[in-house]
Amino acid sequence: MRILVCISNVPDTTTKITFNSDNTEFNSSGVQFILNPYDEVALSKAIDLCEGGKGTITVIHVGEASTEPTIRKALAIGADDAVRIDATPSDAYFVAYQIAAYAKDKNFDMILTGRESIDYNGAQVAAMLGEFLDLPSISIIKKLDLNGNKATLSREIEGGKEIVEVEGPFVASCAEGVAEWKIPNMRGIMSARTKPLEVLAAQSLETLSVVEKFETPTPRGAVKMVDAANVSQLVDLLHNEAKVI
Amino acid sequence: MSVLVYVEHAEGKFKKSTFEVVSYAKAIALQLNTNLVALAIGSLAADQLSSLGTYGVQKVLHVNDAQLGTFNAQAYTSILSDAAQKEGATVVVLANSFSGKGLAPRLAVRLKAGLASGVVALPTLLGAALSVKRTAYSGKAFAHVKLSGAINVLALNANAYPASEQPVSAEVVSLTSTAKASDFKISVKEIVRASDKISLPEADLVVSAGRGMKGPENWHLIEDLALSLGAATACSKPVSDAGWRPHEEHVGQTGIAVSPNLYIAVGISGAIQHLAGVSSSKTIVVINKDPEAPFFKVADYGIVGDAMEIVPQLTAAMKAYTQNG
Repeated sequence: MRILVCISNVPDTTTKITFNSDNTEFNSSGVQFILNPYDEVALSKAIDLCEGGKGTITVIHVGEASTEPTIRKALAIGADDAVRIDATPSDAYFVAYQIAAYAKDKNFDMILTGRESIDYNGAQVAAMLGEFLDLPSISIIKKLDLNGNKATLSREIEGGKEIVEVEGPFVASCAEGVAEWKIPNMRGIMSARTKPLEVLAAQSLETLSVVEKFETPTPRGAVKMVDAANVSQLVDLLHNEAKVI
Repeated sequence: MSVLVYVEHAEGKFKKSTFEVVSYAKAIALQLNTNLVALAIGSLAADQLSSLGTYGVQKVLHVNDAQLGTFNAQAYTSILSDAAQKEGATVVVLANSFSGKGLAPRLAVRLKAGLASGVVALPTLLGAALSVKRTAYSGKAFAHVKLSGAINVLALNANAYPASEQPVSAEVVSLTSTAKASDFKISVKEIVRASDKISLPEADLVVSAGRGMKGPENWHLIEDLALSLGAATACSKPVSDAGWRPHEEHVGQTGIAVSPNLYIAVGISGAIQHLAGVSSSKTIVVINKDPEAPFFKVADYGIVGDAMEIVPQLTAAMKAYTQNG
């Protein structure tokens, strides 16, 4: 079994998000970048599935050379080899196109992504890959079991879940809960330095979406405190002032 | 030219978010001075389909056969893209729901369309292109994205645009499925719906709790409060990590982002990752025993006190309010 896991490089979850002076670019100075948490859980699932020599895992990333520590982290966690497509990941369409171009003649049994990146939050790459590669895609899964060539997955729906079955290669995007997060051990960290990391040039592509500017949410007014001895006042405020109940 | 809206339904009924999506698409159709066409897939009664006219849909396309009863991203993409081309749609609107996230990206690739998901406001027209505001950085920011496809796809967040009635009479047209046999590689085995629970991503009112509740055995207090309001329940990451509550309830940067009218946070300190997931809530109430809890800085209303005492009082006050009001 061969699994491809798509990973992205994102600002750490504790990052305070700021932009340059004309709000056109993310201000990355002093920001710690990490392996996208959902991609990490997808990788953890792949490792579970391959346990005991049942398969190999390739991680693929579209990004510049500066993202290599994140790729090495994925190798330390347990991927066997890595591919970096050398380009700025301008939008999901561009990223999915590059990954599809790489994967199309490699016969992966399964392609996993995280449910979304925590910076762009598009939740688009998995389904786009499915379309580019003419494979079935299942977005936002919390469970994945393999029985021979048949996979059973649990996908999120509003107010519940949907259990689906698929045979043959597929693409799925993973949410938390699909596997336990893996922590790299010392042997993993040491071996990550020497695992293969192939760098490939990107295919050129016209993109149809461009971020023109960013905006941070408008701050709320000062908090209005209600005395703990007079809780029913809160109900009045929610009804008469905030008008939300 | 037209605007095409994909109308999601569950068990034969349109959802609140569907009417939001339709109203949003109607506003775009008015901006573009064109007609609004809706596409529904699966089993739906005629009166449900024609009811879309209430929200300004002029034509409802309905596709149903035995294979289309459950969601299938590939088959639905085939039907939706064919309908978009046949209707000469320049904009396709969907809900940024779980199924919408499976469908919109495939559709964008199939149609070679520009795509923005997590959209929260009407687009600005820039000649043939459009600029649209979407969430980014997990609720910590917004991005204005310019889409320049000959056709563009917008996936609207729940609770981002209010449903508004503008009745017209809707013509319902039944179409034959254009899905291919090779689209059906996935089979749905079971759909599990927690019927007694309100869906968190779409909820109007949310009661959320954190480690301040001390343990899962105290969660009946939170459930009682939620029940008194008709709210969905949610929790912080440490709570779902500890197994006190299921992962589905985890709100925050690596969980679900919510945008209800009212978010009540009980015993949650307000780590930046949690705040990211709730920042687009209209009104935030924080109940915490620590007056220095960072959550108070982004709240509209706050109560300092022990959750075990405050929550039952609030539940009683809510019950009194609903009985009298």
